[in-house]
Amino acid sequence: MAIAPPERRLWWKEPLDKAEIIWITIAFLWGVVMFLAMIYWHIVGEQNLSNEAYRIDPEVFAAKAEEMTEKYTVREEGDTGIPVVHPPPGSDVYLISRLWEWWPILELEKDQSYRLHLSSMDWQHGFSLQPTNINVQVHPNYDLVMTIKPNEAGTFSVVCNEFCGIGHHTMVGRIYVTER
Amino acid sequence: MAANTAFRTCPDTGLKVHLPAQALIKANAVAAVVFLLVGGVLGLLVALTRSELDFLPALPAESFYAVLTAHGMDVLLFWIVFFEMAVLYFASAILLNCRLAAPWLAWVGFVLMLVGAIMANVAVIQGESSVMFTSYVPMKAAPHFYLALILFAVGALIGVGVFFATLVIAREERTYEGSVPLVTFGAVTAAIIAVFTLASGAIILIPTFLWSLGYIAHIDSMTYKLVWWAMGHSSQQINVSAHVAVWYAIAAIVLGAKPLSEKVSRSAFLLYILFLQLASAHHLLVEPGVSSEWKIFNTSYAIYLAVLGSLIHGMSVPGAIEAAQRGKGYTRGVFEWLTKAPWGNPAFSGMALSLVMFGFLGGISGVVMGTEQINLIMHNTLYVPGHFHGTVVAGTTLAFMAITYLVVPLIFQREILFPKMAQWQPYVFGLGVAGISLFMMGAGTLGVARRHWDSNFSDATLTFEYPAAAFLMLGLNGLFAIMAAVGGAMYVVVVVGSILFGKRREGAGEPAQQPAEPPAGAAVGSYGNAGTLHLPGTYVLVGVFFVAFVLYYFVNWKYLSEVWPLS
Repeated sequence: MAIAPPERRLWWKEPLDKAEIIWITIAFLWGVVMFLAMIYWHIVGEQNLSNEAYRIDPEVFAAKAEEMTEKYTVREEGDTGIPVVHPPPGSDVYLISRLWEWWPILELEKDQSYRLHLSSMDWQHGFSLQPTNINVQVHPNYDLVMTIKPNEAGTFSVVCNEFCGIGHHTMVGRIYVTER
Repeated sequence: MAANTAFRTCPDTGLKVHLPAQALIKANAVAAVVFLLVGGVLGLLVALTRSELDFLPALPAESFYAVLTAHGMDVLLFWIVFFEMAVLYFASAILLNCRLAAPWLAWVGFVLMLVGAIMANVAVIQGESSVMFTSYVPMKAAPHFYLALILFAVGALIGVGVFFATLVIAREERTYEGSVPLVTFGAVTAAIIAVFTLASGAIILIPTFLWSLGYIAHIDSMTYKLVWWAMGHSSQQINVSAHVAVWYAIAAIVLGAKPLSEKVSRSAFLLYILFLQLASAHHLLVEPGVSSEWKIFNTSYAIYLAVLGSLIHGMSVPGAIEAAQRGKGYTRGVFEWLTKAPWGNPAFSGMALSLVMFGFLGGISGVVMGTEQINLIMHNTLYVPGHFHGTVVAGTTLAFMAITYLVVPLIFQREILFPKMAQWQPYVFGLGVAGISLFMMGAGTLGVARRHWDSNFSDATLTFEYPAAAFLMLGLNGLFAIMAAVGGAMYVVVVVGSILFGKRREGAGEPAQQPAEPPAGAAVGSYGNAGTLHLPGTYVLVGVFFVAFVLYYFVNWKYLSEVWPLS
């Protein structure tokens, strides 16, 4: 019994049952398959988080975002006063996260690539792109750079999904994707 | 030290019970149940608020985040670790017929844990520490919030030390023969992982405490997360080891089940010790500053070697049960052993439900979510709590509830009050938790954020609406949470009622079900598969599980392949 010492003192010399050997082998091989699947996806898959990241001061990051916004603002969103920025395809795009907003609103073109930079001005935030459902963590002092390529046109929202204080549930940003 | 040698002999099992150890088991179990009650009520409030159903009560935003913080600590940390202390003392002093080392020191640890647990709750109630269970920097809590957790961890570490010292005494005084029992081996696994876990907690919480006081200027948010999760995730592996040990214990006590192979079961525990600690990576899969190579190696516990451990237990526990049942003559067909199992015994039914739900709900979802790229479509959505309510509530909590039905008669020496209610309790709680887990995972798959007060974003400048199906999931989650709460309340009523008002059991008697033949220390059984090599029922069950696992795994790769290309 499992609550008493093993009957045979040399329990580690017991032969294994065939069924157990088969199951252990299957389970191990399945582990190998799942391990290789991640590597395989890096080679052929299209959804891999980039490994590119830099240390950055929040002020430096904010300055870059403001510079981009000044250059490429096309309009303001309704009466909210939030600028809508339409950067050229292939360019570096900066999205600020801070208590409690994503700034500015981005307007991207379908099937074009952008280098999206994410960083926080204060606490950690969660970049949750909806409804497509891509979720990336945003840290202060880290500039995470990833290449994104919107594959559908429409209005997308950026919900914060890392708890960031009492205004957390009001922190919603927006990304528009237009047909070319 | 006269008190140190006081023993009684258990009339049911023939085990010598060290009275100071018994007192400590009682104290830790009672503290555990109190925190389960508090944390469970808070959890219900969270689920009701998130249900977005107008006819259910909801918390205001500020209380919601405070309640969610306290819920996490009370059930994930305090309920479970107090109970684990009871399991450690049981698996050492009681199962090895031994005296507990330095009971006074164990009491010191207990008091430290209790002070820490109460202080943490006070800090949250005061309102300055609504930082969630994870307390990610640079968000800052009140200093005594961190201090409380440090005290609790130190107390738990002392308890683990007492456990190890008891093992040494048992060996020196030759209170058992040969190797320790499998259940004790599982408890040793839990304790070794606990040392790693609690040390990691100290390494990160002590500087964070100093930072909150102003003595340290800056804590790097990524470093914090890496080390914090070496505590936060590895501590869940203590739970896994402990509740797997509990599965074996219940199967042994209720059915007289023997491990199919001591070698296989113990090797599986060994895999936990060697590889589970890498799991901190599960929380860093979509973070900046860690490379894909690091993520792939660590998130998969090397090559899924810790998962292999669980898959092995997934066969050997039901296999041991089938072998024991077939040995009793339930040999017709593939499943007679299962249909004729003692489903009316809450210890058995709770264990069986825990085993199945831990595998299907918690286990599969955990591996899928822990896949480097798939994490992109799940990170910080409600899928995450959906997963860990499958592991920690359906798995660990239900297993601990199940063994309580044996602990009350054997250790508290009281008969179970309201046996009918006890009989239904695992089913009510289990079904409720299954709903919670499934519907949170469903909502998460649709993108709904965790730790979020308002899924309608009514106060946001920019509007957004989740799909209607997501609200259906949230509503169902609220309703099943009510069911789970009813099941939890039944548990508390039965346990507290039995301890206070249950009929005293003296002399001979039976635990909830016919006990197995008394092991009486030196007496031991032969292996489960010696007489019954053929276990067709277990093969079918394991096959069903494996197919479900593989299908669900690839379905999620399919989901991933449809989102925006990223590189």
